[in-house]
Amino acid sequence: MKRRKFIQAASLATAGMLLPVGCNSWVAQTASSKSDRQRLVVILLRGGADGLNIVIPHQDAEYYQARPTIAVPYPQEKNGAIDLDGWFGLHPQLQDLMPLWQQKKLAFVHNSGSPIAERSHFQAQDYLESGTPGVKNTPSGWMNRLLAELPEAKLTQALNVGVTTPYILRGDMAIANLKPGIHSTAPIPTDRPQVHKAFSSLYSGTDALSKAYQDGSKAREIILADLDQEMMSASRGAKNAQIFIDDATEVARLMVGNAKTQLAFMEVGGWDTHLNQNPTFDRLLPALGQGLAALVKGLEPIFSDTVIVVMSEFGRTVKENGNKGTDHGYGNVMWLLGGAIRGGKVYGEWQGLNPSVLNENRDLPVNTDFREIIGTTLQQHLSISQDSLSRIFPDYKSSHKIDFYGQQ
Amino acid sequence: MATSKLTQSQSRHILERLSFGVTSSQTEEVNRRGIEAYIQAQLSPQRIPESPRLNNYLAEFSSINQKPIELQKKDFLYRKKLRNAQLPTKQQEQIRQKSRNLNAQVRDEAIDAHLARAIYSHRQLQEVMVDFWFNHFNVYANKGSVRLWLSDYENRIRTHALGNFRDLLGMTAKHPAMLIYLDNQKNTDPNSPAGKNRDLGLNENYARELMELHTLGVDGGYTQADVIALARIFTGWGTDFQGKKGDKQGFFFFKNRHDQQDKLFLGQKITPKGIKEGEQALDILARHPATAHFIGYKLAQYFVSDQPPSSLVNQLAEVFIASQGNIRRVMDVLIHSQEFNRPQYYKQKFKTPYQYLISLVRMGEIEHANLKRIRGLLRQLSMPIHLCLAPTGYRNTQSAWLNPQAMLQRTSMAIAIANGRLNPNYGIEQKQLKRNFGHLSQKTIQVVAKSPTKLRSALIMGSPEAMYR
Repeated sequence: MKRRKFIQAASLATAGMLLPVGCNSWVAQTASSKSDRQRLVVILLRGGADGLNIVIPHQDAEYYQARPTIAVPYPQEKNGAIDLDGWFGLHPQLQDLMPLWQQKKLAFVHNSGSPIAERSHFQAQDYLESGTPGVKNTPSGWMNRLLAELPEAKLTQALNVGVTTPYILRGDMAIANLKPGIHSTAPIPTDRPQVHKAFSSLYSGTDALSKAYQDGSKAREIILADLDQEMMSASRGAKNAQIFIDDATEVARLMVGNAKTQLAFMEVGGWDTHLNQNPTFDRLLPALGQGLAALVKGLEPIFSDTVIVVMSEFGRTVKENGNKGTDHGYGNVMWLLGGAIRGGKVYGEWQGLNPSVLNENRDLPVNTDFREIIGTTLQQHLSISQDSLSRIFPDYKSSHKIDFYGQQ
Repeated sequence: MATSKLTQSQSRHILERLSFGVTSSQTEEVNRRGIEAYIQAQLSPQRIPESPRLNNYLAEFSSINQKPIELQKKDFLYRKKLRNAQLPTKQQEQIRQKSRNLNAQVRDEAIDAHLARAIYSHRQLQEVMVDFWFNHFNVYANKGSVRLWLSDYENRIRTHALGNFRDLLGMTAKHPAMLIYLDNQKNTDPNSPAGKNRDLGLNENYARELMELHTLGVDGGYTQADVIALARIFTGWGTDFQGKKGDKQGFFFFKNRHDQQDKLFLGQKITPKGIKEGEQALDILARHPATAHFIGYKLAQYFVSDQPPSSLVNQLAEVFIASQGNIRRVMDVLIHSQEFNRPQYYKQKFKTPYQYLISLVRMGEIEHANLKRIRGLLRQLSMPIHLCLAPTGYRNTQSAWLNPQAMLQRTSMAIAIANGRLNPNYGIEQKQLKRNFGHLSQKTIQVVAKSPTKLRSALIMGSPEAMYR
């Protein structure tokens, strides 16, 4: 394909946009116009989710040639893609998200990802989470560094759904963990005053263990105060796929109920589809779509102040492999949801699927650095200054190539 | 250090790293024979008589003593019956239930056998090595029929856990659990007769993880071209669940799916020779200096420190190369190295949830611990046995497992276990518990002394000292 198709060419100069040119004035502007309740939810799809079968270039003949058995059919066909803009379509199992698309609160950025081509899941995830692609062993994750840069840092809280701390949240700032899948508020022994007192004195120091215990106790108080038992009773932990939906509902309740909780991180695994990809997608996507819809619904009172970013460590090969699956690739699609998003558009620099434009003739190239998308979100949405951004993403200079905030 | 007299804290350090928790019988053995004799015995586990209590446990699990191919055939038969469309619904449901029961029994017994061994085996170092190698060569129970092969897979890891690396690597490469988990069983040359007939093709999954996670490491110097070449080399390595072909252990090489062309792998020309190409590639990988370094690093990280000293990693890599991958030899050097024995590393490895729970059972000397409950606790702690989805296996570093929620959960579980959660008829002997813990900090001693008697065992089990090994 010789014709270069630019989707939503960079249009920074349109009226009413906030431009981070002279960064101080920009910050002043946003600080006065926005409330202090901006929220960010990051969702990581671990395993390398196949973006080409999520946001499908259904008008590109080469897509169907490359994927004879696993391509999502044309929009008019049975189980076909849901048309988005005449060129791209959404996987039919994500129909729960279509109302958001129509309300222009959902956008995608195609051909995005890390500037370093890395086909190892674990290295690629590390880069996405550390925010320092190409630099190994960065001690902290970018969401933890972000927490440190938020104004009134003492009042802010980040929430992690899961029992282990993912790299993206590791670092000096305290993170509250919400136990997934089971009653978060079911009583635990250390809720009892006498037991609480004894263990608190055992962990009263300043060492890593004591700090973790103290943070856990504090987070537990917040969670107990904001989540009452009744709302938790609905079908917890019934099925695996159900868990994400339930967690999403709970995250929404916490973020709405507590102004301190500004950041949240969630992850969904199982996207490494080397084999029989379509049945796996038919299982995973409805849960993801319904979970996102539940998150949006729960966040309704503050949705105009919320941005949700969905990303995965890399895309997959354009051609399907020999087992009705796809192997590790490179460029992928990132998702943005939120009240302030200029949605209803597929952003990014689409170049088609001809092997000549592909990375190593096999994968989507990366034309938009993930830090560009997140950096723009942090600056425009969370009012993070240029200085702060350079600490969150060291050595990264924003190109301000695309912008998906502000007025339509 | 072999001849010098060891301090008590040094010999405790050795016991804590080479086992899942110090018990009175271990301490007694060390007092009687000396620590060096203990180490040497642990390095040759087959000479240690197994604990009768463990054997009693294992005898109860009927499925682990069955050949996995028989389990696979049984399940296959159920599925075949279900394909018969004329079968009445009620009968269909009965057969489905039978298949579910078989799968659940096999899955749970494999985990219970694993737990019973970790807790009660006298061959503690062997079990610690199984924990290490299983995570190194991780497979996931819920993919395809992996669970039916898991007990066998783990047992064969156990056989080689202190043996030769190339043997261990070769075993995993041919084992159905791995062939299913990393899709190598489907990996087919698209231009081969079977590839053309059934529209099958190349699958890079195993080839990539074999280099990245099993041998060279992510910085081991291979390229995408090497991944593709290695995937082509392994075309045709598959599974035979009927046991009619091949080695009757589930492996079969399908010649009609193999890529017959020359390949260039890590700079070496591989001429077409069927299954021997894969063996040659495994030889190349097992002998590669990057592999020696990667295994040395991982062992040093598991046994010494989250950030292992490079002097030790280099030394282990040298021994690995010189001994042609003799794991016992590498471990012997590791245990006797200056680095391993430096006091700065004592009590510095944060236990994984698995290591933590097993250590409470061992140090509390809880008899007939309820294994089903331990399974459940591990699920709550995000470390269910045999269910790590990612091929990296579970990590063993503090940064992976220490967080606020984990501390609340661990202390809660310590309280529950001290109160008889794993065996309501067994009271934990507080004096014995303290002896097994060894040194407690002044702070812990004070808090314990000030607390009500019924809380004391819980506090010891939930203390900072219990979190580290």
